[in-house]
Amino acid sequence: MPVSLEQDRRVWQRYDRATVLKRWAWWIVATIVVLGCWQIISGATRWEFVADAPQQLAQLVVRAFPPRWDYMSELWKPLWDTVNIATLGTLVGLIIAFPVAFLAARNTTPHPVIRIIALLIIVVSRSVNSLIWALMLVALIGPGLLAGIIAIGLRSIGFLGKLFYEAIEETSIEPIEAIASTGASRFQVLTYAYLPQVLPAFTGVTVFRWDINIRESTVLGLVGAGGLGIALNSSINSLQWDRAGMIFVVIFVMVLISEWISARVRKAII
Amino acid sequence: MLRLEQIVKKYPTGDHALRGVDLEVPEHQVMALIGPSGAGKSTLIRCINRLVEPTSGRIWLKDLEMVSLNARELRRARRRIGMIFQEYALVERLTVMENVLSGRLGYVGFWQSWFRRFPQTDIDHAFMLLDRVGLAEFADKRADALSGGQRQRVGIARALIQQPDLLLVDEPTASLDPKTSRQIMRLITELARERNLAVIINIHDVPLAQMFAQRIVGLRQGTLVYDGTPEGLTADRLTDIYGEENWEGQFKAEEDLSTEEQAQIADARRFDPVV
Repeated sequence: MPVSLEQDRRVWQRYDRATVLKRWAWWIVATIVVLGCWQIISGATRWEFVADAPQQLAQLVVRAFPPRWDYMSELWKPLWDTVNIATLGTLVGLIIAFPVAFLAARNTTPHPVIRIIALLIIVVSRSVNSLIWALMLVALIGPGLLAGIIAIGLRSIGFLGKLFYEAIEETSIEPIEAIASTGASRFQVLTYAYLPQVLPAFTGVTVFRWDINIRESTVLGLVGAGGLGIALNSSINSLQWDRAGMIFVVIFVMVLISEWISARVRKAII
Repeated sequence: MLRLEQIVKKYPTGDHALRGVDLEVPEHQVMALIGPSGAGKSTLIRCINRLVEPTSGRIWLKDLEMVSLNARELRRARRRIGMIFQEYALVERLTVMENVLSGRLGYVGFWQSWFRRFPQTDIDHAFMLLDRVGLAEFADKRADALSGGQRQRVGIARALIQQPDLLLVDEPTASLDPKTSRQIMRLITELARERNLAVIINIHDVPLAQMFAQRIVGLRQGTLVYDGTPEGLTADRLTDIYGEENWEGQFKAEEDLSTEEQAQIADARRFDPVV
């Protein structure tokens, strides 16, 4: 009851007294929980290790610097693999996510049961990290590029599918009614009324995911799924920090370029 | 031409939008449907092409009963009914030409429409209509580059390229300025006469309805409460439709018009086709 009567005048407050007290109570509980957690974390931490972290970091940088520039000649191939894993993986995800999104969107799904199945596909894909997908796939189909591509693809289905179907549900109904009222078939309504409305969102989301996948595919090699990660793993295992430093430089430049490309594409389609 | 029998629409939310509407529209008639917001005007015209499914009742388009059609038959029937919308309902990211040609989707196959391979006769017709509505040089512009009045003209061309028997028009002028509103109404009624169409126009603007329609039907809370000539719409009748209000001034509009405009109105009401 934000409006109350006080001596014949109507008084408006955002919250009434009970709500104000309840809100204070929640804030106090939340503060206690945070402080309690801090206590537990602090107790479980060995602070002497934390204390020498700066020296450790300094040593790491010293070992990795200067990077071994001539190691680059051996990195072109894994770099190419990484870009391929990301791009082909995104493509696999796109091809599967596109129909799944139309089945999952409330306004385009042919049947509620199919919608639930489509949503399930999206949730399963989203709830597993691509590194875990890669781990499973390396066990299933052996190490290499293919495992990486499929891992990235499987993870992308959920991401793309979810953002795609949200875009489909946000389309405006008027053009859809208009196209349907001409006697157009179901698929003609999809291609003439829905697709033009969702295409900019679809493109933006896909490029964004490709950009994320470039970064994710660099680590997939750690579990044997091809790309720069394999080189990084072997360099660190053999304590060749100058090589690892070189790999970090390559990853940094590659991510910078992919981010630039994705920004340009998204700007172009608006 | 069009006959509605006891059309009832009850929404799942419990709104009783239409409570048994009987209506007959002969060929070549321009009929205006007026009534307060929420009276069921939009629901009524959407029931005719079943964008909204009527709860019960029958709809006859000539000899074809609309309510009992299956999805495939409904698509065929919809080709005969053109529709024009309040917010134009163009596909904004498609070109003017694509929007106009989308009126032919019921007649071309999926892949034909996907690759935009419309028959040359359709394209000829589209250019003719664009000439007629004065947008010939806009064919390649994207629909979102047009003004409100221009968009509505594209909407009109899209409805007419269907070569419909019946035109459903939902608040065509509600988003337009007074001058453009008159131009659009004039265009719709002229084209309807040229092509001998029956037209149902939902409209809020009573003077505009009186100016351009041959017959006015008033809807209130899902029931027909007026069916007669534009001249018969007196203050008492308006009270029947909209509820108690001081209607003075409502009828001034037409008296204030210039003689030239009055002549145009008289012309618009004439039945004979004008080329």
